[in-house]
Amino acid sequence: MLRYTLRRLLGAIPTVLLVIVLAFIMVRAAPGGPFDAERALSPDVEANIARYYNLDESLPRQFFRYLGGVLQGDLGPSYRYRDTTVSELIADHLPVSMMIGGMAMLLAIIVGVALGIMAALNRTAITDRVVMGFAMLGISVPVFVLAPVFMLFLSVKLQWLPAGWSSTPGPSKYVLPVISLALPQIAYIARLSRASLIDVLSSDFIRTARAQGLSQGSIVRYHALKPAMLPVLSYMGPAIAVILTGSVVIEEIFGIPGVGQFFVRGALNRDYTLVLGIVIFYAVLIVLLNLIVDLLYGLIDPRIRARR
Amino acid sequence: MSFFRRPLVLFSLLVVVALAFFFFPREGDRPDPFDGLVVLDRALSSEPESLDPQLARTTQAADVLRDLGEGLAGYSPTGELVPAGAISWTSAEDALSYRFELRREARWSNGDPVTASDYVLGLQRLVDPATAAFYAGQLGSVLNAEPILRGEMAPQSLGVEAIDDYTLEIRLERPTPYLVALLTHPSTFPVNASGLNERGEMNVNAGELISNGAYVLEERTTNTLVQLRRNEQYWNNQNTAIDVVRHHVITEEMAELNRFRAGELHITSNVPPESFAQVKEEYGDQLHVYPYLGVYYYGFNLTKPPFKDNLPLRQALSMALDRETLVEKIIGRGEVPAYSFVPPGIDNYEPPQFSYANLTQAERNSIARSLYAQAGYGDDNPLRFELRYNTSDTHQRIALAAQSMWKDVLGAEVTLVNEEVRVMLQNIRDAEITQLFKSSWIGDFNDAQNFLGVVEPGAPSNMPGYENEEYLELLRNAASNMDLERRRLFLEEAERVMLADHPVIPVYFFVSKHLVSNDVVGWGDNLLDYHYSQHLSLKPGEQARP
Repeated sequence: MLRYTLRRLLGAIPTVLLVIVLAFIMVRAAPGGPFDAERALSPDVEANIARYYNLDESLPRQFFRYLGGVLQGDLGPSYRYRDTTVSELIADHLPVSMMIGGMAMLLAIIVGVALGIMAALNRTAITDRVVMGFAMLGISVPVFVLAPVFMLFLSVKLQWLPAGWSSTPGPSKYVLPVISLALPQIAYIARLSRASLIDVLSSDFIRTARAQGLSQGSIVRYHALKPAMLPVLSYMGPAIAVILTGSVVIEEIFGIPGVGQFFVRGALNRDYTLVLGIVIFYAVLIVLLNLIVDLLYGLIDPRIRARR
Repeated sequence: MSFFRRPLVLFSLLVVVALAFFFFPREGDRPDPFDGLVVLDRALSSEPESLDPQLARTTQAADVLRDLGEGLAGYSPTGELVPAGAISWTSAEDALSYRFELRREARWSNGDPVTASDYVLGLQRLVDPATAAFYAGQLGSVLNAEPILRGEMAPQSLGVEAIDDYTLEIRLERPTPYLVALLTHPSTFPVNASGLNERGEMNVNAGELISNGAYVLEERTTNTLVQLRRNEQYWNNQNTAIDVVRHHVITEEMAELNRFRAGELHITSNVPPESFAQVKEEYGDQLHVYPYLGVYYYGFNLTKPPFKDNLPLRQALSMALDRETLVEKIIGRGEVPAYSFVPPGIDNYEPPQFSYANLTQAERNSIARSLYAQAGYGDDNPLRFELRYNTSDTHQRIALAAQSMWKDVLGAEVTLVNEEVRVMLQNIRDAEITQLFKSSWIGDFNDAQNFLGVVEPGAPSNMPGYENEEYLELLRNAASNMDLERRRLFLEEAERVMLADHPVIPVYFFVSKHLVSNDVVGWGDNLLDYHYSQHLSLKPGEQARP
């Protein structure tokens, strides 16, 4: 297990390096620079700013300077947010994203899996239709529609919850973002676990269990549930990464200081270091999450464990 | 497993648990840290890039910095230039030096007196190449500023001197009648040396930033909130009513409006275009729309055909653009059609207008058609060109309207090209594939020179690539003339010359649009759209936050 983990981690280093090189080339290939604006700068001023950020050096030199910094844990200064560094931005904003993402994920798993099981066990009943209809709705209504609708009803009309993150010091500011973020995931997980459980319930070993006279309850609990959760688990890795970094819309709408927004803003602002920093962070995160999911797989499924 | 068979029970249970987990009693929400304080909640449309006054660039950063700091001069709520850090100033006979008498009671937030050497440090820091300040070019007319910027002289040789603790002298390379207005910009604010580190970088952390304005920085969360607290040391502290100013960073216009509706904001930074009519009906006099110092224009690429050396063609396009319809039907937020480049309302200036400003649109169209023919185009040989604009609904709607106007009136075939803003700027700069492009200019200070300088030959902002010796000469004459009346005539003549050449098509002049809650007292609409929090107060009884 430990050797397997180490091997996987070492194997990830070239991947991350490749990501850095590609991201560096791509972000620099984009037309326009970080300091372009309709209010053009005078050549002298522009030259001073370029020198300040070492942007006057050759690209390979800049790359190795950057890489050297990264190896020492320094992701460089942000060009857009001049008062902070990229490392500080990620460190300050990640906890908020993790908090919201974690709560949303928890909510999504609990509610999603429960709904999925309910639907799977009542396949012909109205419950199944209702749950699956809800799931379809949750998947197809985009967050940028859902969130403002929530805001309009729960904050503006009913005034139950704050519409903006910075409007209250209390925890009620989490409610709308977490629910908006969780709903599509609930829907997806519900569909996933329903399909998976139905699949498992029709397999041979379940028939054997039935033949041995086990009750439906214990079949589901002791035999079907664990294998049925495998697809949900493998979905979990990418889902967590998406929820942590991809909640751009939610962050913009509610004004949440998370890391997701930096993805888009960094790219639009040609904030080279910020984009690279976030890409590196995301690459490492995905590598780690995939590893964790694979390890969990082993815990659930002895066959996989044996193969390693 | 019978449990799972009662789905409705389970479902409602889960929902209840989930909601209970998140719903906290509203009161528990607020062990109110602002109890008994007057708190103003206002919106910023983007994160201030820096709270170091010399490093600021955007209007949003300047908005916050005007609360935090104070320059030699400032503005009243209605936009008049007023003394601030200085109580008076005089200029020498030759207009090449200014003397400022500083306010003796002015204090930094750490209790230090604000002295002339603090202003000297601030101005030197601005032009120092090591600072890499965006606004460094702003002080170009101060003695030695340009060689310092190029790294040819030391920052200490800047023509700024502390005669004594409370007398500051600024010497100029050339007369700059708008100098005092320039000195209201945060980039010229003084600096407390003890707030800088050994590399000359300012400590801008909350609780540590040393400021000389009405407020100090209390809390900051990037892209979310900049919270300021009353500066007890400020010389005018007893007349400051608001204790805490919360600048909420809200990039989504709809979200901003919803937060105003929910009572979470006193002042918005904008109004979403799609809700403007509804907001106007809903809020009446809480909606403030006022002329703003900015012009929206289309620029020609004058270095390439078809617009190079083709004045009749450029004029035809300008005349065929029905600005009234654009402003009323397409944009519709109180904007003013532009027949000049300098907006109306600028001090000591009467913008000349296009010769055809007073014609009806039908008359303009018929002249436009003959100019179009004169330029060598017609039904069998229509003009084909691209109009570039950066991706945005508003720009797109205007471009679509312009496209159809030029099609209907002239038969020109316009291709619309929308690009991400930095891609577009790069294309404009390259001046290779760009033909007609959308741009705009927001004034930094209330002076016609600030607008006419945009298309000054050789200036970096001259994106059309306009060249005209006479125009340049008139601008130079204006710059070296201290007599305000004669200077005005030079500038007006310069604009007349430039307009006749049609290097740009001015489309409309901006307006500022804010929702200001009825609880706010002391709000003044002004051309610069500056609203110092220290001028505002909240109605008694409304002091607790909404």
